[in-house]
Amino acid sequence: MHIIVPIKQVPETSNVKMDPVTGTMIRAGVGTVVNPLDLFAIETAVRLKEAHGGRITTLTMGPRGADKALREAMAMGCDDGVLVSDRAFAGSDSWSTSYTLAQAIRKLGDFDLIVAGERATDGDTGQVGPGIAAWLDLPLATYVAAIRRVEPGRGLTIERLVEEGYQVLDLPMPALLTVVKEVAAPRLPTLRGKKRAKAAEIPLLTAADLDLESSYLGLKGSPTKVVKVATPKVTRGGTLVRAPDEDAVADAVDQLLAFLDARDLLPTGGRA
Amino acid sequence: MSFVWTLAEQHEGRLKGVSYELLGRGRSLADKLDTKLASLLIGDGVSDEQLETLVHHGADEVYAIQDPRLSEFTCETYSNVLVHLIKTYRPSIILAAATSTGRTLMPHVAVRSHAGLTADCTELDIEPGTGHLLQTRPAIGGNIMATIKTPDHRPQMATVRPKSSRPLPADPSRAGRGIAVPLDDVLVDERVKARGYRGDAVDFVNLEEADVVIAGGRGMKKAEHFALLQGLADALGGAVGATRDAVDRGWVGYPHQVGLSGKTISPRLYVGAGISGAIQHLAGIKTSETIVSINSDPDASLHQVADFGIVGDLFQVLEELQRRLDELRRDGKKDGA
Repeated sequence: MHIIVPIKQVPETSNVKMDPVTGTMIRAGVGTVVNPLDLFAIETAVRLKEAHGGRITTLTMGPRGADKALREAMAMGCDDGVLVSDRAFAGSDSWSTSYTLAQAIRKLGDFDLIVAGERATDGDTGQVGPGIAAWLDLPLATYVAAIRRVEPGRGLTIERLVEEGYQVLDLPMPALLTVVKEVAAPRLPTLRGKKRAKAAEIPLLTAADLDLESSYLGLKGSPTKVVKVATPKVTRGGTLVRAPDEDAVADAVDQLLAFLDARDLLPTGGRA
Repeated sequence: MSFVWTLAEQHEGRLKGVSYELLGRGRSLADKLDTKLASLLIGDGVSDEQLETLVHHGADEVYAIQDPRLSEFTCETYSNVLVHLIKTYRPSIILAAATSTGRTLMPHVAVRSHAGLTADCTELDIEPGTGHLLQTRPAIGGNIMATIKTPDHRPQMATVRPKSSRPLPADPSRAGRGIAVPLDDVLVDERVKARGYRGDAVDFVNLEEADVVIAGGRGMKKAEHFALLQGLADALGGAVGATRDAVDRGWVGYPHQVGLSGKTISPRLYVGAGISGAIQHLAGIKTSETIVSINSDPDASLHQVADFGIVGDLFQVLEELQRRLDELRRDGKKDGA
């Protein structure tokens, strides 16, 4: 099986700092990581390869330095990495990004499966996975929480975690899956994997290497435009009640119930 | 001709509540544009009486495409249907719920219709002068609010989080038009087959559609203590959520997880019990209408974003709260309420 795993390099969100004046993210000194939700996609691909053989190609669209993310994915078990990078791609929204990635994937040749994370932790749209499926006309399953049956080259059965439960779908291959955390716990990279990834050659695909409609690219080719960025108030200025002993607890709960009642949040018939 | 559309959702022939929430959002946009609002249902088995309620909640027109082959959501066929309807009727704005269905269907359709799409909007407005849709959404874990528009492409598409707004009150005197659109066979894509739902799923929870979520974190100390949260959730008419930490410790199943690697929720009431409030968790709850925090640590980050916080022994507070809620319920019954 040939499995393709598109990933994204994102800022380490655990310590994002915002500039209070400009409302933009302070990127200086902030490290980058593989989008944490992509690790579940990488792990899924590696397990499928272990069970059924084949190879895994991971690709990312980003700045030249995004090869670091590819190498991290390769250290976990992806065989090859491909970097899609060009100034023409800068500022792409999810429509343009999915177009560019889809054209890059066409360049990679035949494949059986594309496995992607559910969304990236920075843009947080979750739109690129389904977008790639639309561009390539691939059968799509999102929110995949378990893979039940795989017949390489033919089809697979998956479970999607949706509001009503676990929906079971049969898909033919090739197909595109986006996965959630429950699908597989990511492994740590091995030392050997890291060494191999560090030495690996990462081919670069620029706009000139791909068959692209130039009016679809980057900021200019993106249907959506950001018109304003604001930093929301982080604190709500709420009430904080201290309850160091049992009497104080009873009093605090009393206040809480009155607060909930005032906001009409107690069940009917349960007025405080 | 209708220019603002909202997508209704159904499950097993019943309309989901988010269908009405979207109509409330759509109504104010249609009024500002002085145009019609249509609700669009792709599904099966929804009765005319139910479709009529979409008119009561704000729709001027209700398009229903119903067929047994549409009873379960599969992206390919739903996308074919919606792309076809967009080509036929040329709506200016389409709003869908940021549900597993909406967040799968809308990007698929946006690509095929060359439309702009904004995910998870918390505010929608019309730009004076141009009439463009202004879409505001949290990004980077809720650290910024970005306002986005689609100046040159139509339709302008957006998904909206369930529970992030309330439906308009039902007005049974409102009149509207119902249009049944037959499903054209050429739109049916049978490559993906829906096989129903796993029957043996344990510890499943529908958090996204709950009005009240009582969530527990590391402070809950062990799995058994989550029964305390379930008791409160039952009393308040809600569901139990959890932090990643609690899920990773095996105290509750993954469907309960709220935050960056779990679900994003906007309930009317969120109660965090023994939750410090890591940025990853806060990203999943920030748009809740009311946030309550219970934690013995006065410096817990969750207290900072809460509307009401109690600094005290978690288990004392939970027990007292349960006792009082039970009391209220008994008194309520006695009064015949």
